[in-house]
Amino acid sequence: MKRETLIWTVVLVAAGLFLAYRSATNGVGHVYVDQTDIGWRTASPENVVAGTAAFSLSRTVGTWVAALFTLCILSFLYRDNPFYKFAEAVVVGVSAAYWMVVAFWTTLIPNLLGKLWPAWIQSWAMPGLSSVREPLWYLYLVPLGLGVMLLWRLAPKGAWISRWPLAFTIGAFAGLRMVSFIQADFLSQIRNSILPLIVFAENGAFDFWTSLRHVLIVGSILASLVYFFFSIEHKGVIGKVSKVGIWVLMITFGAAFGYTVMGRIALLAIRLEFLFHDWLGLT
Amino acid sequence: MYEFLKNLDRRWVFLMMLLAVAVPILFRAQFPERPTGLARAVFDEIEKLPAGSRVLLAFDFDPASEGELGPMATMVVRHCCEKKLKMYFIALWPVGPQMIDDVIHKVILSDFPELVYGEDYVNLGFKPGNEGVIKVIVTDWKQLYTTDDRGTNIDQIPMCRGIENIQSMDLVINVSAGYPGTKEWVQYAATPYPDKIRIVAGCTGVQAPLLYPYIPQQLPGLLGAIKGAAEYEELVVQKYDRKKGRQPAAKYQEAKRRMGPQLVAHLLMIGLIVLGNVVFFMERSRRP
Repeated sequence: MKRETLIWTVVLVAAGLFLAYRSATNGVGHVYVDQTDIGWRTASPENVVAGTAAFSLSRTVGTWVAALFTLCILSFLYRDNPFYKFAEAVVVGVSAAYWMVVAFWTTLIPNLLGKLWPAWIQSWAMPGLSSVREPLWYLYLVPLGLGVMLLWRLAPKGAWISRWPLAFTIGAFAGLRMVSFIQADFLSQIRNSILPLIVFAENGAFDFWTSLRHVLIVGSILASLVYFFFSIEHKGVIGKVSKVGIWVLMITFGAAFGYTVMGRIALLAIRLEFLFHDWLGLT
Repeated sequence: MYEFLKNLDRRWVFLMMLLAVAVPILFRAQFPERPTGLARAVFDEIEKLPAGSRVLLAFDFDPASEGELGPMATMVVRHCCEKKLKMYFIALWPVGPQMIDDVIHKVILSDFPELVYGEDYVNLGFKPGNEGVIKVIVTDWKQLYTTDDRGTNIDQIPMCRGIENIQSMDLVINVSAGYPGTKEWVQYAATPYPDKIRIVAGCTGVQAPLLYPYIPQQLPGLLGAIKGAAEYEELVVQKYDRKKGRQPAAKYQEAKRRMGPQLVAHLLMIGLIVLGNVVFFMERSRRP
């Protein structure tokens, strides 16, 4: 047996024995529930100790599956392995199926079939839906037609027909996003950047910190813009200002990296909290 | 030492990071939080609303980002409950309704059982269409929302009567993990209607730097990642627990609890960056 295999076998056997011991003595991973006015809720530790809470098999199985899948995914940090591949495949499969079901019940049924044949949909799928057709209900025949054309690519002939609805979708979204971008990110950002460099407080006194902040904002924007201005060679004053622009960009990237690290650590913390608290009962 | 560091297997770094996060969790290390301006802005926006005001809560996140965004979603809902605001929950992410249900059970049903579904809060569920949904409901609410998440006709829900569009809302609170999220709410709701739609948001760390340019004109308040959540948590707990002489429940201290591992992991990260740079410069100085 290879040395590495031996080490991992020992680690896994030790972990299994630890789990068996904790399961026998502390009920590791066992979930207890209380019946309340609002249904079954996870029981408080006091009720578990007092023996008034009921053991929930389904929630216990759920906790174990979640814990083992978490470990399978984390095992990728050591090396790619069959456990990781299995967990990854399950996640992909479940997500795809979930998306299909959600799309059927939230898009096709209420937004298309519910608009074209509301009484029929109300009778078997959505009782809360009004059975009266909207005045311009026939307009929904257009997305129905586009949807059928989109599926045409699966047919042996005439796959080109699916390009028309695709072109329509791309064109519509490009227009929609262009308008919002110009309004929210271009014009509004220019307006937001026009700031007074010398600010006075309401009592007439000079507001040093707000003035400094405005000077930094305006200066940073101008320096960054100069860095991306390539019509003039970056020499002399322009070169120095563009260097400041690089520093501004680097500080921005650093802040973004710091935030990303914080986010990832938070995600690791919640998984470890789950493993230690909900599964192993260590905390 | 130089050779050891230069050839260090990255799995040792992973192990160190695991310990840096795990040890503070096991020892329940917590540190005090001092709220900053952006968290205070979110708190003030909710705080200044009179009882009965309408608040649209858009929960655009999923279980993958629940660890980061769950605590701020919990506290936002608690704050709205304490202020007796009318809460309209929606989601632009397919698993958003589950996140909404989770918070409703955790906060409203557990601690505010006197609130009535349909009169004080309503779950309108998920709507597909990303920013298209926002674009429609800023002018015509009922074109998309005809039923709630349970399938009840919206006309039969008392708190939904008389709402033409989301300009009727006194505040929009978005908890966002990506696309569609806060950026789209700012682009399609807050920017075209600056006098009628006011938005505050909580977002993941990855998104936060991208949203800073919108502050404060287009986005008056922002809770950036778990740090923002911990600061906001402190403000709410201070006002609604400590001033009344109560100890906050553990579920209202989740973000603060997760800041313990953050501190240790960040110290490790800084140490590793410094060490990496030392090795880099040593290697460069040894080149012929």
